[in-house]
Amino acid sequence: MFENLQDKLDRAFKVLKGQGSITEINVAETMKEIRKALLDADVNYKTAKTFTDDVKVKALGQNVLTAVSPGQLLTKIMNDELAGLMGGTAIELNLTANPTIILIAGLNGAGKTTFSGKLANYLKTQKGKKPLLVAGDVYRPAAITQLQVLGEQIGIPVYANLESKDPVAIALEGIAEAKRNGNTVVILDTAGRLAIDEAMMNEIAAVKSSTKPHEILFVVDAMTGQDAVNTAKAFNDRLDFTGVVLTKLDGDTRGGAALSIKSVVNKPIKFIGTGEKMEALDVFYPERMASRILGMGDVVSLVERA
Amino acid sequence: EKTKNGLFSKLTKAVIGKSTIDDEVLDNLEEILVTSDVGVSTTLKIIERIQERVARDKFFGTSELNNLLKDEIQQLLAENNSNDFEKFEYGNYKPYVIMVVGVNGVGKTTTIGKLAHQLKASGNKVVLGAADTFRAAAVDQLKLWGERVGVRVVAQPMGSDPASVAFDTLQSAVANGDDVVIIDTAGRLHNKVALMNELTKIKTVMQKVVPNAPHEILLVLDASTGQNAIEQCKQFTQATDVNALALTKLDGTAKGGVVIGISDQFKIPVKYIGVGEGIDDLQLFDRKEFVNSLFK
Ligand SMILES: Nc1nc2c(ncn2[C@@H]2O[C@H](COP(=O)(O)OP(=O)(O)OP(=O)(O)O)[C@@H](O)[C@H]2O)c(=O)[nH]1
Ligand SMILES: Nc1nc2c(ncn2[C@@H]2O[C@H](COP(=O)(O)OP(=O)(O)OP(=O)(O)O)[C@@H](O)[C@H]2O)c(=O)[nH]1
Ligand SMILES: [Mg+2]
Ligand SMILES: [Mg+2]
Repeated sequence: MFENLQDKLDRAFKVLKGQGSITEINVAETMKEIRKALLDADVNYKTAKTFTDDVKVKALGQNVLTAVSPGQLLTKIMNDELAGLMGGTAIELNLTANPTIILIAGLNGAGKTTFSGKLANYLKTQKGKKPLLVAGDVYRPAAITQLQVLGEQIGIPVYANLESKDPVAIALEGIAEAKRNGNTVVILDTAGRLAIDEAMMNEIAAVKSSTKPHEILFVVDAMTGQDAVNTAKAFNDRLDFTGVVLTKLDGDTRGGAALSIKSVVNKPIKFIGTGEKMEALDVFYPERMASRILGMGDVVSLVERA
Repeated sequence: EKTKNGLFSKLTKAVIGKSTIDDEVLDNLEEILVTSDVGVSTTLKIIERIQERVARDKFFGTSELNNLLKDEIQQLLAENNSNDFEKFEYGNYKPYVIMVVGVNGVGKTTTIGKLAHQLKASGNKVVLGAADTFRAAAVDQLKLWGERVGVRVVAQPMGSDPASVAFDTLQSAVANGDDVVIIDTAGRLHNKVALMNELTKIKTVMQKVVPNAPHEILLVLDASTGQNAIEQCKQFTQATDVNALALTKLDGTAKGGVVIGISDQFKIPVKYIGVGEGIDDLQLFDRKEFVNSLFK
């Protein structure tokens, strides 16, 4: 697929080579290939279209100086546009409240429980916080044990109530426990749920309204395809989340879902997961993600060769 | 209320007021297929086929488009799914050994629980092997499924060698006269060479007990995964000769269209679909129904 993309862009940029200005004709072919590349990277269909249309409009509006080739100019425009869309700078968590309450939400198997552990570990080791993990998934077999095992690995307490099937009550109990024990952050792990599951969405909305979290993080698998926009939008409509976590970026996915989510809900991506271990957590760098999605390294080198 | 925007309704919108299939209709078709994760190249292939048919059949009304489209997509699936599965069956081996593989969090363990339930219900003696000794509480999760279904689970402590668990499970199955063995494995991303080699090793070790095991290597794919599923299929097949696919989480809004491309590109049938978290939420893949559901 990679060679394929290179070949195509090579061909596309040949059209631009040696042209003095960006015209409708010489930009059209290139945009088509860029759009395909975005779709292959799982960028949402509409997002990809809007993106290439915007780039095209901006490109057409500009005259090319003799110093730069149309290809170089186009690359710059594309870079700027994508980086802008991904959000300029990294946005940190708001940790001023004591205790700070952080609600974790997302689809089944996205990586919520693993991220909860990673976040607790990060806040403890990097931010000098005293987190408490709360086991709010009462459905998945061994979900509570999973969080307990992780808590033990990183030396962080886990509040669980094996008798209860009520995530709202468990969350409130956890917060009370945190206040008693002087924990400065409470991380509420929740069960995976589908956005169209009304009962489950009502449940997490109830957890939100009764716990008033300071941060609500939407955890999403970086390999997600076109459905990312539907899911992100549905979760955002119900929870108005404060940030996004992209998991499993240690794989080879281009991660186009990141761009789609950003453009549909306009919430900052705050963390990325880069492995199964508790240390495998990174803050999000918009520019790195932008170049990953587009294979920008390739594009830049192509333009340089053109 | 489900807000699924099915292909059919979108397509109907796309062709309203048009008497022939023109470029605009084909553009709309492209959007519909791409947004179902069918992927650009498979979409172009489908569109090409339709254009050929339109050219061949000269005048082509839009009323025929839906059928034509279903037909073409079904053919892409049919070429490799010639044998639609009619029951939860397991061939002529005893024990019949199924090894379940896939990337992290796609639904392997849950699918195993559901499959064990189906196989047990159709009269088989089933045993599960907890060869995910890595992910926190993975063994507990499988044990709970074993309890729920009422089947045996062979396990070792966390951190044990997964190949050794698989070996134990097969030995135990032979001794116990079990009909079906299902081996759970840890989720792993396909670009991690050491972890993929581990799978090859698990497979090889099993053959010391049952020479032609595993008979079925089931790759589990998440319906919400995009084009990366193609690479998953490629890499897992290289490591373990995958010969069946399960597509999970089809109860959500994701269409799982990527299996159309996968089916077209690899000769591996989709065997099961997951439609929920419950014990009964596993179905046999039916390509007609799958394509129809895209049009719902
Ligand atoms: N490679 C990799 N695996 C990850 C990452 N984050 C989570 N995982 C794995 O993904 C799988 C699912 O993770 P969980 O944390 O159980 O996901 P979840 O969202 O809590 O799942 P449910 O509670 O069942 O909805 C596990 O195998 C994790 O080890 C990551 O960044 N990289
Ligand atoms: N809605 C829905 N959820 C499912 C389906 N199949 C599995 N799940 C859920 O997806 C999540 C992950 O499932 P697991 O069976 O733990 O996935 P896994 O592949 O074994 O995960 P790892 O072992 O961590 O790699 C759980 O919350 C399951 O309940 C399905 O068909 N529909
Ligand atoms: Mg979880
Ligand atoms: Mg598992």
